Amino acid sequence: MGRTIIINTIRFLVLVFMQVFLLKNIAFYNLVTPYFYILFILLLPFEIPNVLLFALSFLLGLTVDAFYDTPGLHAAACVVLALVRILFINITVQKEGFDNEPEPTLSIMGLRWFFTYALILTLSHHFFLLNLEVFSISAVQYTLSRVVLSSISTVFLILISGLLFFKRKERK
Amino acid sequence: MRNLLIFITKYNAFFLFLIFEVSSLLIYIKYNSFQKATFINSQNQVTGSLFAQVSEFKGYLSLKEQNDSLARENAKLRGMLKTSFYVDTVEKHKVVDTVYKQQYTYLVARVINNSTNQSNNYITINRGRKDGIAKDMGVICGAGVVGMVADVTDHFAIVKSLLHSKSQFSAMLADDKAVGSFTWVSNLDRHRGLLSLQNDARPKLGEPVVTSGYSLFPTGIPFGKITNLHAKEGGLLLNVEIGLSVDFAKLQYVYVVVNKFAQEQTGLEAVQSK
Repeated sequence: MGRTIIINTIRFLVLVFMQVFLLKNIAFYNLVTPYFYILFILLLPFEIPNVLLFALSFLLGLTVDAFYDTPGLHAAACVVLALVRILFINITVQKEGFDNEPEPTLSIMGLRWFFTYALILTLSHHFFLLNLEVFSISAVQYTLSRVVLSSISTVFLILISGLLFFKRKERK
Repeated sequence: MRNLLIFITKYNAFFLFLIFEVSSLLIYIKYNSFQKATFINSQNQVTGSLFAQVSEFKGYLSLKEQNDSLARENAKLRGMLKTSFYVDTVEKHKVVDTVYKQQYTYLVARVINNSTNQSNNYITINRGRKDGIAKDMGVICGAGVVGMVADVTDHFAIVKSLLHSKSQFSAMLADDKAVGSFTWVSNLDRHRGLLSLQNDARPKLGEPVVTSGYSLFPTGIPFGKITNLHAKEGGLLLNVEIGLSVDFAKLQYVYVVVNKFAQEQTGLEAVQSK
């Protein structure tokens, strides 16, 4: 339990630092901007209570907002992401499996499940974030292409990080 | 009552979602409509000092370019000195000059946070109210217009850059003297802006676009050069596209323009428009 808290705190700090000092400056033709910090919400343990999950997402969003000068924008998108996460996990994972599968990582859940999980959550987060930021229907085509291209880059980074920290495990 | 409690605990995810979502949207909308200085932005102690440190470090990486641009500016200013003009009148008498009165002064500030790839971009600088900066002052750099001060605290100020969907500046064609309004269309990238002119103006390709001197800035500070005469067809106004002269991604030092007569001018105009 204590180990989980420490690991997640470090992960929070590292991801926020990476996002605001490195990835914020990356933009190809203003279309592709990875929002890699959402990995923190993706990797929270299965057993986390809903209250804590929402509170942490809200906090993560506000922290990133503080550096982006957009109070509330990332927070709103992260809260949506938390809801989608709860729904997705409710549908695809059995509750009994939580004992030997504590965290939804790539090494524990396998590539197929993790890829679908990351893709759906990233798409919903980016869709909400970029549309709320622009907030106009006239630019919808441009915004949607931003959503798709940014999602591809984010999922790519998430999968790479999953492979970097891949732990081989005996699967029954 | 008991059924209600069971209902709420059963669908707690949904109700929690509502609470958090509504509160974050409230923060978002409130900040956007009033531009209030909330504590969640890059001016506060923690984020402000972090950004200052990172920019301190990043400053070393572009020392060479900064040197070059300062040297260029020095050379240009040196060219304006009295000593660099050839005096063609033989007699010269000294006059205590009362014709000129200083209207604009400039405060130098360093950029400590900068964004160029959002649809509303802001720049944070390391000078604030204590240094004499107030809201709605103009900001320029050696290459041209940068933006306008949007918000100010004691030690920092946030500048709404040209690359902001709501920024609008009075601009003028350098040769034709036709005045129009400069905007940035967020779908365009950080190198291009849009100038709307009356239909009788005659813009030429490559003509410089400068400030008109109507509001924040002195006359003749460049926005950029015209790159496309027919940027957007079909409107009431003539829209031309401008290649911006400032590279916002490489911004390091800016000057805040202090207009000593700004209050007098706006006060007078406010009386007239009543």
